[in-house]
Amino acid sequence: MSNGVATPAVHLATAPPRTRHKQGLFRRALKSRRTVIGLVLSGLVLGVAFLGPLVTPHSPTVFVAAPFSPAGIGGPFGTDNLGRDVLSRFLAGGQTLMILALLGTVIGVGLGAVVGVVAAYRRGWLDEVLMRTGDVALAFPQIVLALLFLSIIGPQLWLLVLMVGVGHMPRVARVVRGAAMSVVERDFVKAAESVGIPRWKIVIGEIVPNISSTLAVEFGLRLTYSIGLVAGLSFLGLGMQPPAADWGLMINENRIALTVSPWSVVLPVLAIAVLTVGTNLVTDGLAKAAIGSDEGVTA
Amino acid sequence: MSSPTPTLVVDNLKIVGVPSMAAIVEELSLEVRPGEILGVVGESGSGKTTLGLALLNYCKDGTRMGGGSVSVAGQELAGLNWRQVRRLRGQTVAYIPQSPASALNPALRIGTQLGECLAGEPATVLARVREVLREVALDDDDAFLARYPHQLSGGQQQRVAIAMAFTARPALIVMDEPTTGLDVSTQEHVLATVRQMCQNYDCAAVYISHDMAVVAELADRIAVMYSGRIVEIGATAEVLANSRHPYTGRLLLAVPDLDAKRPMIGIPGHAPSPLARPRGCAFAPRCPLADEGCTTTAPEATEVGPRHTVRCFKADVPLPAVPARKAPARVARDAAERPVVQISGLKAGYSSFTVLEDINLDVYAGDCVALLGESGSGKTTLSRCIAGLHHNFSGGLTLDGEQLAANSFKRTKEQRRRVQYIFQNPYESLNPRRTVEDLILQPVTAVRGKVRNGRDIVATALERASLRPDHATRYPDQLSGGERQRVAIARALATEPEVLICDEITSALDVSVQSSLVDLLRTLQAEMGLTLLFITHNIALVRNIASQVAVLERGRIVEFGEVEGVFANPRHDYTRSLMAATPNFQLAGGLHEVGATGTDGPQGDGPQGTGGLLPLRSL
Repeated sequence: MSNGVATPAVHLATAPPRTRHKQGLFRRALKSRRTVIGLVLSGLVLGVAFLGPLVTPHSPTVFVAAPFSPAGIGGPFGTDNLGRDVLSRFLAGGQTLMILALLGTVIGVGLGAVVGVVAAYRRGWLDEVLMRTGDVALAFPQIVLALLFLSIIGPQLWLLVLMVGVGHMPRVARVVRGAAMSVVERDFVKAAESVGIPRWKIVIGEIVPNISSTLAVEFGLRLTYSIGLVAGLSFLGLGMQPPAADWGLMINENRIALTVSPWSVVLPVLAIAVLTVGTNLVTDGLAKAAIGSDEGVTA
Repeated sequence: MSSPTPTLVVDNLKIVGVPSMAAIVEELSLEVRPGEILGVVGESGSGKTTLGLALLNYCKDGTRMGGGSVSVAGQELAGLNWRQVRRLRGQTVAYIPQSPASALNPALRIGTQLGECLAGEPATVLARVREVLREVALDDDDAFLARYPHQLSGGQQQRVAIAMAFTARPALIVMDEPTTGLDVSTQEHVLATVRQMCQNYDCAAVYISHDMAVVAELADRIAVMYSGRIVEIGATAEVLANSRHPYTGRLLLAVPDLDAKRPMIGIPGHAPSPLARPRGCAFAPRCPLADEGCTTTAPEATEVGPRHTVRCFKADVPLPAVPARKAPARVARDAAERPVVQISGLKAGYSSFTVLEDINLDVYAGDCVALLGESGSGKTTLSRCIAGLHHNFSGGLTLDGEQLAANSFKRTKEQRRRVQYIFQNPYESLNPRRTVEDLILQPVTAVRGKVRNGRDIVATALERASLRPDHATRYPDQLSGGERQRVAIARALATEPEVLICDEITSALDVSVQSSLVDLLRTLQAEMGLTLLFITHNIALVRNIASQVAVLERGRIVEFGEVEGVFANPRHDYTRSLMAATPNFQLAGGLHEVGATGTDGPQGDGPQGTGGLLPLRSL
């Protein structure tokens, strides 16, 4: 589980990896300590989120003691605003957050990559239309955009995922377009054109494999944002609905008693913070390893 | 000749890679006297750039000094602290890199840039800047000083870089391929400037280049590097006329002859990587003279003449003369024969800017037509029009009588199959994420659909391009430059084309590789009956491969005809000036069978006023 963050996630977003012939991006990234630390941190939180629901001492929705009992009463970390076990709720409350964040990122990076590569390859008016539309979308802070639609349509989980993804799209498209720009200029793309390989095949076979490190880095970065965004929306009451256990929701429900029963807030906050730092470190390591490789932007 | 104190003394220098500790440069000793230009030649990977940087007390990332010493103007470099090193660079040792565009700061005006490494009153600095600009034959007025690098041409930029190197009156100047990216006429100017400046300043110079012809014209002494060692060093005339190391001999033979009197022969194999150098003499595996002794112990440097040393056990054994190549017999053309590619009244450009105008060219089957021109002449645009990669053109372009669409996507599969394009730079034209097998099959499936006997096609293509079958599973980054270009050739041949467009395919590669590629193309042309369109800026290459030549100047064909005729009797001024600017590299007889042109040294067409600098040449 230790490399759970980067490896499966990135393979979702990139084309078939063809890195077996040489030290791959991940192998190179693993050489730096920051990547390893990042992987350990994110692995820890992911482990809690995905394995936690299996080992909860109580049901996360059952009342075990008086509300806001201090640590030791009702459970090792006390109880929350309704008298439920904090540890159980903490262990059970991460899974949905992770899945939502991952899905949102996959959608955002996937769509953004398509838009970016198409814009870079087609150039001309299509490029202008796509990028200027993106610029308009960029003018709205991601959370405002999500708030707008979630408050109109209602707090649906599919909408939450979609809004996170759509919010990422213009940002990813911008970066991917930049990376793809230098690849489309290279002679092997011209060579493919000269023998008449269809353009969609050129995109998949020639361009995307050569921006895979950019995509990997972008995926890691966007995942970090997604986690914060989903947790934030939950905190605002637009994500998971009570009585479900959820980290964002826990912070919101229990913040009034921060001084009496701090663990019910501190635990989810710590988990989100550690996960964010962890994914960021991994992304950083990837970005460092990608510099100087012949992938994506030419060094 | 008196022997003044040498400016540069390198003694037993060793540079190793970290962490492998493999020697990149080793047992390297040389000295350069004031006013002397030492040319360092060698194939890529021979360690010549590493040596050049070491003279500035600089080691690239992943390398470090492993022993020995470098001293410049009596100052030992190894013991200097960073402050002294900073003063050393620019003040005592100056460096001119390959690409002037990247050497000059694009955000600084020329005047600011040149004055940077000078201390003192602004007025004196400015006067000095103007002086040095005059010396490199550039304007010295305020308007020029206020220009930015991008407002200058490539040649002017390189001359500014030279001026910059000389402003602080350094004792030693290191030049790393300073003319490689430049046109021949520009190159001639730059070389003349370098020669003049070294003479004026009595400055020692180290000129690193892979181009033997240029070094022969410029340098007083030549050091030939192979696999991190100097295998031969001596006076230019001595090395050229009387080379003792077989590598030097083969390297000289690889240089294309401007008059095409002698054959041009590549060196088989490639230089070993620092990690896999053979025991004994590093050149032994490629050497025609090597015997068992050569593969067990490495030869020591031995003196064979005044300041002429060689590292070879066989220094006294002459190289076996290589057989002269027969000139391709010209087949008389049937009057009724129709050209394969016919271009009439072609005009091409980028949006409103016209690059090519009024191009008429008939290419007949089995011929090799060279398109000769300098950068900006439109030769690449023309070739891309034919390949369907440049869409913005008008005029007639037919293949076997059928009009070709401007866009390759609008051509029929058959048309795309028949015309194949090989790109200049094999580092760019092969997708790094595909195996060689994938790369070769890609155009085949594109023009023929799924093929059943893919493996056979790949095997045949590899064999034609003289590659091993096991290359099929490799990725481009596991191949050397020459091998990559062979893959590109194999790839183009896999579709069984009739017309092969070669766009400067040898210019990114070493001379020794260039010769073998040209040989390969000639053989293929004869075997497969290919029609070649060979785009190049190198006259000597044209003479060695093409049957006809079209000279392009600023988007027009100014001269067209049989190669022999055009160069024996050039009618257009531009052709003549191109010929005059190209270093005419002539070899002494003995190394090859035909063309014993006497024993005179190189006959550079240096400009007037610099003849006195190279006394060694006036034999």
